[in-house]
Amino acid sequence: MIKKIEVKNLTLGYGPHTVIKDLNIDIYQNEVLAIIGPANSGKSSFLKALNRMTDFNNEVKLSGDIKLDGESIYDDEDSTFLRRRIGMVSPLPVGLPMTIRQNATYAPRMAGCKDQAELDSIMEDSLRKAALWDEVKDRLDTLATKLSGGQQQRLTIARALSHHPEVLCLDEFSIAIDPVTTMKIEAVLHELKKSITIVMVTNVINQAKRLGDRTAMMLHGQILDLDSNSKIFGGQVKDSRTKDYIEGLFG
Amino acid sequence: MMFRVTNNLINKQIREEKFKSLLSTVTFLLFLPALAIILWLFVKGYPALSLDFLLQDPKSGMTAGGIFPTIIGTFWLVGISILVSCPLGVLAAIYLSEYAADNALTRIIRLAILNLAGVPSIVHALFGLGAFVLFMNMGTSILAASFTLAVMNLPVIITSTLESLKSVPQSYREASWNVGASKLQTIRYIVLPNSLPGILTGLVFSVGRSAGETAAILFTGVAFYLPFLPQSVFDQCMSLSMHLFTISTQVVGMPEAYPYATALVLILLILSVNSVSVVLRSYFRTKRKW
Repeated sequence: MIKKIEVKNLTLGYGPHTVIKDLNIDIYQNEVLAIIGPANSGKSSFLKALNRMTDFNNEVKLSGDIKLDGESIYDDEDSTFLRRRIGMVSPLPVGLPMTIRQNATYAPRMAGCKDQAELDSIMEDSLRKAALWDEVKDRLDTLATKLSGGQQQRLTIARALSHHPEVLCLDEFSIAIDPVTTMKIEAVLHELKKSITIVMVTNVINQAKRLGDRTAMMLHGQILDLDSNSKIFGGQVKDSRTKDYIEGLFG
Repeated sequence: MMFRVTNNLINKQIREEKFKSLLSTVTFLLFLPALAIILWLFVKGYPALSLDFLLQDPKSGMTAGGIFPTIIGTFWLVGISILVSCPLGVLAAIYLSEYAADNALTRIIRLAILNLAGVPSIVHALFGLGAFVLFMNMGTSILAASFTLAVMNLPVIITSTLESLKSVPQSYREASWNVGASKLQTIRYIVLPNSLPGILTGLVFSVGRSAGETAAILFTGVAFYLPFLPQSVFDQCMSLSMHLFTISTQVVGMPEAYPYATALVLILLILSVNSVSVVLRSYFRTKRKW
């Protein structure tokens, strides 16, 4: 298996608080890595470190290294190119205050694409992948902020896919959407897995079970357990707290 | 147990009504002085009001003729000062809001801006006299007076722009960064378009303030009386506010209606500028995107 992302001795804190402690993990090409764990375990911070959104927070203290395709993501001073390679879906839906069309083409436009035909095809492609196309194709030029929460979340996913990322990070993407839509998007992720690598943080343990190839259990900024789903959910865990968390005994 | 309407609940409703009428009374009382001032000026200034009053030069020691040069001068001063303070103020606010770290230095800068807003305009005038007229060798000129007005308006523009930039939700910026847009692109395509109404309102407000300002331009570029219109920014000019001060206090044998009519023109000018900001705001409110 090819290593897509290698995280070495990652330590991350905000001001005096350390939220990730000396974390090591390899993420393989074309796998779905699910990350579970109770609140305040550092799951979201881990995703922010992956696409260097931490750059925008002056309080962040970070050490260690993250490699993407064998090259450190810190080699390049400018992190905008990195963020085009790593798509990110935040937990709460954000429809940017512009039309649906402008939202779906925002990323390629910011990357410098001006060809209208190409933008149109990227828009349709990413909206279809996010299971939103059929609902919005007749009102592409209306404001995205007027969409329902679930629709805006799928628009957020469409936006993350519109720059053709190699890695897609999802931070509790289903928190604001109904089960039917969640299933639609899960089917999409299943399909996407063939071409890209997916890292998903989820509070829904069954979602990790359904979608993940491997699942990592995080607690207090460390990985307690990391193994294939059959082992993690089959009871073969190294730390008893993982089993307790999965069975709902703590968390 | 059945829920009953108790005295307590009824009292609450009465209190609510009382408070509401108190609020509306206070609001109405605030409106009264403004209306009274305009009506009073109109009644007292009416004999002097005519098209000639607006379009003619002052004559016979300013006791006759019109106020045309003072209107032109006011436009010069306000126009140039806003040309200077708008880019400076907006850019400084963008830096403070979007780029600057929250450390001791930027906190001192923010504090300085707030303090600058509280400095009396006569102090700004002395600063303008020292910095622009004498040190930068501009002489008493439209340029020096406009720069002084610009310095006076900067803190207002910076503060109002900062507020409007802060009103754009952080999640929009993050969503934009997340898809690989740079900081500059995010400001250009997300932050600025959505804070424009607030920024414009602040600008228009400071236009009105400059138009009525007297002290700040007193030593820096405004003359009591000039027999000619300014030809360039290095000339002196007359201004409505200064002219009002002059003819109310310094000129003997002034017809009574003249100062009132001048004040009325000044106030209506400022009112019309302010109403532009009201129109702008309501226009943007209908176009609000979230």
